[in-house]
Amino acid sequence: MDGTNTIAIRDLGVKYRTLEALQGISLDLQPGRLTAAIGPNGAGKSTLLKAMLGLIPAIGKPVMYGDRALQEQLDRVAYVPQRTQIDWSYPATVWDVVMMGRVKKTGLFRRFSVVSHRLAKEALARVGMLELKNRPIGQLSGGQQQRVFLARSLAQEAEVFFFDEPFVGVDRKTEAILFTIFRELADAGNIVLVVNHDLGESITNFDDLILLNKELISVGQRQTVLQEENLYRAYGGRVNFFSEESVSFAA
Amino acid sequence: MLNALIEPLQYGFMQRSLIVAVIVGIICAVVGCYLMVQRLALLGDAISHSVLPGLAIAFILGANIFIGAFIAGILSTVCINIIRTRSQIKEDAAMGIVFSAFFALGITLITIVQKDNKIDLNHFLFGNILGVTLGDVRDTAIIAFLVLAIVILLYKELLFYTFDKLGAQAVGLPVNILDFSLMILIGMTIVASLKAVGVILVLSLLITPAATAYLLVTRLHQMMLLGVGFGIISSISGMYISYFYNLPSGPAIVLVATSLFILAFLFSPTQGLLTVNNQQP
Ligand SMILES: Nc1ncnc2c1ncn2[C@@H]1O[C@H](COP(=O)(O)OP(=O)(O)OP(=O)(O)O)[C@@H](O)[C@H]1O
Ligand SMILES: [Mg+2]
Repeated sequence: MDGTNTIAIRDLGVKYRTLEALQGISLDLQPGRLTAAIGPNGAGKSTLLKAMLGLIPAIGKPVMYGDRALQEQLDRVAYVPQRTQIDWSYPATVWDVVMMGRVKKTGLFRRFSVVSHRLAKEALARVGMLELKNRPIGQLSGGQQQRVFLARSLAQEAEVFFFDEPFVGVDRKTEAILFTIFRELADAGNIVLVVNHDLGESITNFDDLILLNKELISVGQRQTVLQEENLYRAYGGRVNFFSEESVSFAA
Repeated sequence: MLNALIEPLQYGFMQRSLIVAVIVGIICAVVGCYLMVQRLALLGDAISHSVLPGLAIAFILGANIFIGAFIAGILSTVCINIIRTRSQIKEDAAMGIVFSAFFALGITLITIVQKDNKIDLNHFLFGNILGVTLGDVRDTAIIAFLVLAIVILLYKELLFYTFDKLGAQAVGLPVNILDFSLMILIGMTIVASLKAVGVILVLSLLITPAATAYLLVTRLHQMMLLGVGFGIISSISGMYISYFYNLPSGPAIVLVATSLFILAFLFSPTQGLLTVNNQQP
């Protein structure tokens, strides 16, 4: 890895009015690695993604991507918000949502190009949703909704992918599709960061972990981070997690 | 029958008011779709009540009342946003505080000036479509042109933004400009509708045709087009009903729009009360 295209976070903090949501976060995100951000509810995982993209004001040095600020290169980033933040009764079809991934690249006052149509189609095919392209989004299952969002991010032709809780409320089939595509994205040299809740067996799909609770508890390779004392510090108690040394679970 | 429909058109005032009613029906339906999908119906109500002091002050100063109303409408949304972002008070309460204050100020100002002038508070509250002048027709047409131009030019951006604000911001769309454009659209549309239906009933023209269309189709542009159809039907039939039965025209238009909504509510193929018998969640 040449290191030119890593994301570098230095001493990042976020305050919501009086509440200190994150403080002193410093870490790097490497291309080619599948990274998960984990931590208890309210740990600031979603806040970290939003702050990196400048969606909420942050304290500290700007987050760098390569040699420029990440916020100046948003066209290279695909961000998929938490599914629960979206009004799924909105009058749009699967196709409409995927095409949103092409809005920025298309530019103001212009119509979608032939290339955009092709990319949207390919993205839908990749997540197995092409047959449902004319379906209203209100008539999708949770897993299908998540796959539509994934397709939207694929259509963006991004290099940096942030997913907030993509596995909540999805079935095994969708989970498998998501992990396959995340891995393909990482293998293609992209930066892929996924906020995740589940510390069960599926955690082994990730290469690196970021363990948070308002501050950075631990970051690095999965096996290094997934230690009982780290998790104890993050969760303030013993938690069940998938341990690879022995298949034992702390109670 | 045909003669009966043509007969009212020999009057200039009837021609002018029909044109204004139809234009207003069109832009209200289009802009109402944005209010509806963002669950901002109450904001439409808030702005429409808030334009009243602007109307009054413009009248006192002899300025264009469209511009006065527009400024007051924008000012009210700014106040709402300040209260909402600078305190723990939620949006609905902020709207309630601001729009009732503006409304009260407007009524007070109009009551003061109407003693010495030939103006009527009722015309502001309920519209006075039969009194539209050629100048009003021209102003309404200009506003409609601007509204439709903005909607067409920013269609894909506004679709993205109204569906997923965070996502739109994250790809670097100019969300402040988009938000401001929506405010402008809502403000201009409400101002253009005041002559036709007045401050109290304009919400109906914004929401009802859009909601009717929402029951029948599944994409935003379809909703807008169908809503425009309902808006036009409501305006024309409302005007004729008001002419033949000597009823106030604003309420007649609103009642036609409501009847269309009830029909869709009962008979929509996908969501109708009588056509879909399984339980809705
Ligand atoms: N817009 C906001 N205004 C005020 N406080 C907020 C806001 N968003 C988040 N917070 C607070 O910041 C903290 C971190 O929230 P965040 O949503 O980032 O947590 P999270 O790790 O994503 O949690 P979850 O697992 O529940 O999604 C929480 O205490 C939350 O209450
Ligand atoms: Mg979260």
